[in-house]
Amino acid sequence: MSEKRFVHPYIPNSEPAVKREMLDSIGMDSVEDIYKGIPDRLRYNKRMDLPEPIISEYSCERYMDKILDENRNARNNICFLGGGTWNHYVPAVVETVMERDEFLTCYVGDAYTDHGKFQALWESSSMLSDLTGLEATCTPCYDWANAISVACRMASRMTGKTEILVSGSIAEDRLLVVKNYCKPEIKVTLVDYDRKTGLLDIGDLKNKLNDNVAAVYFENPSYLGALEVNAGEICELAHDAGATAMVGVDPTSLGILEAPGSYGADYAVGELQPLGIHMNFGGGVGGFIATKDEERFVAEFPSLLFGVCKTTQEGEYGFGEVAYERTSYAQREKGKDFIGTTAALHGVAAAVYMALMGPQGFKEMGEGILQRVEYVKEKLAEVPGVTIPISGYSYCDFLVDFNGTGKSVREINKKLLEYNVLGGKDISGEFPEYGQAALYSVTEVHTKEDLDTLIKALKEICA
Amino acid sequence: MAKMKVRKNFQQARWNEPMIYELSTKGLRGIIPPLVEKDIQKETGDVAAKLPDSLKRKSSLDLPEVAQKQVLQHFLHLSQETSGANLNNDLVEGTCTMKYNPRVCERLALNPGFADVHPDQDIETIQGMLKIYYEFEKVVKEVSGMDKFSLQPGGGNHAVYTAASIIRAYFEERGELEQRNEIITTIFSHPCDAACPATAGFKVITIYPDENGMPDIEAIKAAANEHTAAIFMTNPEDIGIYNVHADEVVKVIHGVGGLCFYDQANANAFLGVARAKEAGFDMCHFNIHKTFGTPHGGEGPACGAIGVQEYMAKYLPVPTVEFDGNKYYLDYDKPDSIGRVREYIGQSSVVLKAYAWSMMMGPDYLKECAEISVINNNYMLNIMEKIPGVTHAFKGNGIVRQEQIRYSFQPLMDKCGVGSEDMNRHMGDYGIPWFWASHYPWVIPEPMTIEPCESYTKEEIEECCKVVEICAGEAMENPDFVKNAPYNTAMHKRIDDGDLDDPAKWALSWKAYKRKHNE
Repeated sequence: MSEKRFVHPYIPNSEPAVKREMLDSIGMDSVEDIYKGIPDRLRYNKRMDLPEPIISEYSCERYMDKILDENRNARNNICFLGGGTWNHYVPAVVETVMERDEFLTCYVGDAYTDHGKFQALWESSSMLSDLTGLEATCTPCYDWANAISVACRMASRMTGKTEILVSGSIAEDRLLVVKNYCKPEIKVTLVDYDRKTGLLDIGDLKNKLNDNVAAVYFENPSYLGALEVNAGEICELAHDAGATAMVGVDPTSLGILEAPGSYGADYAVGELQPLGIHMNFGGGVGGFIATKDEERFVAEFPSLLFGVCKTTQEGEYGFGEVAYERTSYAQREKGKDFIGTTAALHGVAAAVYMALMGPQGFKEMGEGILQRVEYVKEKLAEVPGVTIPISGYSYCDFLVDFNGTGKSVREINKKLLEYNVLGGKDISGEFPEYGQAALYSVTEVHTKEDLDTLIKALKEICA
Repeated sequence: MAKMKVRKNFQQARWNEPMIYELSTKGLRGIIPPLVEKDIQKETGDVAAKLPDSLKRKSSLDLPEVAQKQVLQHFLHLSQETSGANLNNDLVEGTCTMKYNPRVCERLALNPGFADVHPDQDIETIQGMLKIYYEFEKVVKEVSGMDKFSLQPGGGNHAVYTAASIIRAYFEERGELEQRNEIITTIFSHPCDAACPATAGFKVITIYPDENGMPDIEAIKAAANEHTAAIFMTNPEDIGIYNVHADEVVKVIHGVGGLCFYDQANANAFLGVARAKEAGFDMCHFNIHKTFGTPHGGEGPACGAIGVQEYMAKYLPVPTVEFDGNKYYLDYDKPDSIGRVREYIGQSSVVLKAYAWSMMMGPDYLKECAEISVINNNYMLNIMEKIPGVTHAFKGNGIVRQEQIRYSFQPLMDKCGVGSEDMNRHMGDYGIPWFWASHYPWVIPEPMTIEPCESYTKEEIEECCKVVEICAGEAMENPDFVKNAPYNTAMHKRIDDGDLDDPAKWALSWKAYKRKHNE
């Protein structure tokens, strides 16, 4: 057993004289006088078999940096991956606010001592409502998949119906999460989509709608990169059948794409990560659910909801929890599903991002992304053997078909690494109907040079 | 030795900050997104204009329009109106393990080798991240004695939900799910131990404590039968009493064919001291963001690590992180898996920081965290016991408390009508952040749950006790003064709370606020 050689900087009362004084004052010889309450048979009496500590922070940083160096990243490579986590620009101001110890290390305090946390998260929800056109947005949930799942359960409870129709072009991983959450009571039925347009198959939707459908879920833009031109019609069909309409959106697209609330959606769900949060190897995610500000919709949220209220100080914005009795914190198993620690800090980051961008920022970013995507699609189609299998415009994500090259996406992506390019996501397993196809993503961070590098590399690889 | 100081003239930042919308002037903005080059524009034209009409945004987008300095200033003001474990004496958020979150770990999280890594990159290009997952899994395996972990769940509750999903899969495979539809839990276990099984489709049975504050073992025996799928039990429960019958409970539940899930949200005091394995549990979970030193983020991002014995490993979510002796890889080949509870492989920033933290602790300092936590707690109890108006749950039962204690202001309430919520508001006037009272229902009246984990000094513990003593004294002298508190925190006392429950008045967004309150 190694000896502890120093008073750990994170454990002040381990200083021997302090510890002795504290033990003396409670009449104890050692910590064993406390642990004696645990029966011997339940004690672990060995030394844990773990690496010896890295003593200094400096050494730890060296050790960790070395491991992180083994990862390739989107700074020193050109990254074309999206599909749920996107490579957007993270403004320095967002990073600064996220790293404030107050927001970073607070937790469940009430608005008396955490007033700023309440206001920042309320403003975050409020700005998401502006983007979606739906006035009631909850505090963040775990991720987009969780947002869909929770919203489906909300819709099921509200309508008393137990089937949801889900667009067949949904990401496999996202669908697995939805199925897990819906398993006890809700049947999940996939609606077909058109292979050439990527749009939801309206005929199949009509066939599958019945009076037990709680919600129709589709995405705009879709996972495969189609912009759903029939969004309004889908919502109308859902409503005609007595179901609710739920759309998954990329919030950054809503500067140019119509607000879900305006084309009839009852719920808009999606991902917070593109709103100013680093990709973090998938740790940047956080979900949002926006719905109508009507009691029957709001009453089914399991999430914490923050609202504005009055205080004894006239003119002060007070904050508090809206309809707290709904929650499992208040009602245990009788509450709506369950709530817990999710991704609040990402909600704060998103607030800063949306405030920085404003309507002009979102509009210009959206316009620029549409143009970059269009440019690269045209150029890609010029690469021998490469085609763009889905027609229509795309926002960030789009599908690229490599079947004609005689090479697999896996092979191509390996080769692209030699050009410092992180190629699109291989979806040949996920959507075998497209064969060797990859989901590419282009955002505002991509320059013409980046896009031309990709084209040049692919021309060489596929030659 | 350091000096104990009560912050008598404390004043929290109070900026009377406008809403971000009220800072808006049409035409302003906080940032310009990277512009698209002219060459691209020339080739494609205005694509947005060419979009089909049904796609184009026609509704107005009423986001605030604010210049950059004012956006930064606004959110810095809001941050100053917030308390955090790294800047406050936050030992008062019991059950939450508010420890120090080292800055060095934050710097790691901003390394592009982490921050700018996409989760779907080729496996060869993410070997560093997979190594961190794999190595950190070894840490939680050793701390618990479990054989296999998933770090996918996004928080403690999410891990408990995952446990319920696994139990559902286990009995479904045996064709017993219809029969085994009950999960037993205890009232001092976290509410999620009831809510998550219910969400997963189980009926929940709740056990109340015996006269010593431990889950009533006789009641558990009476509740266990052929319908029992599992027990979900925290130990120690949220009142800091270690359940010495933990292994007996396991025998009872296993005896009727059920499974046992150990909620280890309160594990901080037991690192290297007591483990789920020795108590016989089939599964357990840790709140990585609590016990392993990572920031709570105002309720996330977080990570709930779910651990199982070997015979349950096949049900864990996909993928798991494996090592073939040469390379790390993701294993999706698990036909009996419950599938997924989250996208990607978990809250990587929490895993990254927790791994770095664990590496700075090693086996001995991890154990020291535990030991100092329980010493801190008992040191604090010794002072608190002497304060008039304060008592604690199951006082005098002869059981030494572990890492936290549920105190009660019931004596104070009896004497002058001042209770837990009043005290909570007023303690803020002395710079103490909002304390964790208790989960609902309040079995212990007028509660305050305190967990002085290893990060706090002796003087900070004494400061908190002194503030309780001062506030209780003020309450006895002038109850209304305390009932109308706070005076020096970021927000004054709420009035018309009912508005928050009234659909005609609640406002979840600026638009709704303006509409409902005629602003």
